[in-house]
Amino acid sequence: MMIQFQSMAQFLAMGKYGAYVWPSFGLTLLVIVLNIVWARRLLRQAQIDARRRLVIQEQNA
Amino acid sequence: MTWTWFHRLGSPPYVYRLAQRLTPWFAWSAGVLILVGLFGGLVLAPPDYQQGDGFRIIYVHAPTAWLSLMVYTWMGVAAAVGLIWRIKVAHAVAAACAPIGASFTAAALATGSLFGKPMWGTWWVWTPRLTSELLLLFLYMGYMGLRASFDDTQRADRASAVLAVVGIVNVPIVHYSVVWWNDLHQASSLSLAGKDTIATSMLVPLLVSLLGFTLYFGAIVLVRLRAEILRRERAASWIREALV
Amino acid sequence: MTPPDPPPTTPPLIAARLVIERDLLLAFRRPEQLLHPLAFFMLVTTLFVLSESSERTVLRSIAPGVLWVGALLAALLALDFLFRDDAQDGTLEQYALSGQSLTWLLLGKTSSHWLLTGVPLSVMAPLMGYTLGVPASASVGIMLTVALGSLALSFIGSIGAALTLGARRSGVLLAILILPLAAPILIFGSRATELAIRGEAYVAPMELLGAIVVLSFTLAPLAAAAAVRISLE
Repeated sequence: MMIQFQSMAQFLAMGKYGAYVWPSFGLTLLVIVLNIVWARRLLRQAQIDARRRLVIQEQNA
Repeated sequence: MTWTWFHRLGSPPYVYRLAQRLTPWFAWSAGVLILVGLFGGLVLAPPDYQQGDGFRIIYVHAPTAWLSLMVYTWMGVAAAVGLIWRIKVAHAVAAACAPIGASFTAAALATGSLFGKPMWGTWWVWTPRLTSELLLLFLYMGYMGLRASFDDTQRADRASAVLAVVGIVNVPIVHYSVVWWNDLHQASSLSLAGKDTIATSMLVPLLVSLLGFTLYFGAIVLVRLRAEILRRERAASWIREALV
Repeated sequence: MTPPDPPPTTPPLIAARLVIERDLLLAFRRPEQLLHPLAFFMLVTTLFVLSESSERTVLRSIAPGVLWVGALLAALLALDFLFRDDAQDGTLEQYALSGQSLTWLLLGKTSSHWLLTGVPLSVMAPLMGYTLGVPASASVGIMLTVALGSLALSFIGSIGAALTLGARRSGVLLAILILPLAAPILIFGSRATELAIRGEAYVAPMELLGAIVVLSFTLAPLAAAAAVRISLE
């Protein structure tokens, strides 16, 4: 296994396909990151809501 | 012995704690595998004879397409389990799956477009595979839309579960569309039997990538599942300990 | 003392037929409702003609698509009302509680929907086709293909209609739900109609359409019954 590109410029150019390869990878990475952020935010919010409900419950008890 | 395990999977607190413990394992292994796979595909794999360096898009296109189908399958199975055995946790799993599947279906369509333009000369073509994949996106959107249109969680669960199960017929259609009809997609070069039509140095990063994305889905769905369970188990007593 | 025999129950097929008769009777008391899908069909066709050129050859080439999209949209319009009246006045609940198989009753309801919507649409389709420059010789073919396709559409659509029963803003949602499921019908149906228009043999896509009809005829009422029960809870 060896690195297939001789220079950074070559790597960025991706033969002549750079304009297609990099947006593809970028888009996929974006979707990956967004899913992580979204899921974690959902969980955090659910935990906050649950804690709040617990406090109210205890106050009412 | 397996039956008690199945029963425990129906218990929200058990599933919550299990999800909590498993998530880091899925997340870290996914991260490593995805990085290794993408690095291998971008840098180490040799360029394709016909498609040059453009073929490297496959290292994101194939995993996103794979996820779009696999996630729907999990969603459909979870929905069916929830409908048949009336297990609430199963419905929570299905609900957690949907947004993940939808976003990766969109990504698969987009990366496919970016792959198709330089190779076939067009951004879009109404072949059976692309069309059925687009329909898959509509199914996801319909599922989420149907869920959102009900105020009552139980009704939302069960109605959307019926839709998920009915729509599962689309998954084999997407997969086998390249076999049943002539399509611009080459017939899958990852056959399980017979020799591969793809070079090993290209194949390994792809398989690593696929595995990494699968584990990634596991991590995300487990996080979402925990949020779903918390939202549903409003006044349950186990929540206090679980939140500490 | 032995318990008395339970009262004899109506066989499911008879029950289904009774549902069809009831729906037809109700529909003929309000014939204007039958006209809505037909008027809509005409409207859609006209819109297509207005937005494309009115040149004969162009119209003839888009005719299959226009006819099918029009028929699909008109059927969707009618599907929204398939269960709505009965759900509102409690008839649907009575069906579910009657002890009869809800699946068979819904089979009857969906069949009557096709009789009231699909059949008139398929009679009207050759007329609309004529305005699109399709030769009159293709009339029978168009009628048959649209009739068969709309039958499949009624059954597939009944699932969506049942699912969106309790939901708000169900019109658009219904369309989104049905589209992926109705796509094969649209594809094979318009292919069959295109062949019929060209005067070629359209048996092959009709057979596929027929297979879809048989599949949906048997499975859709099951799914729809499950969905109706869910919405009645």
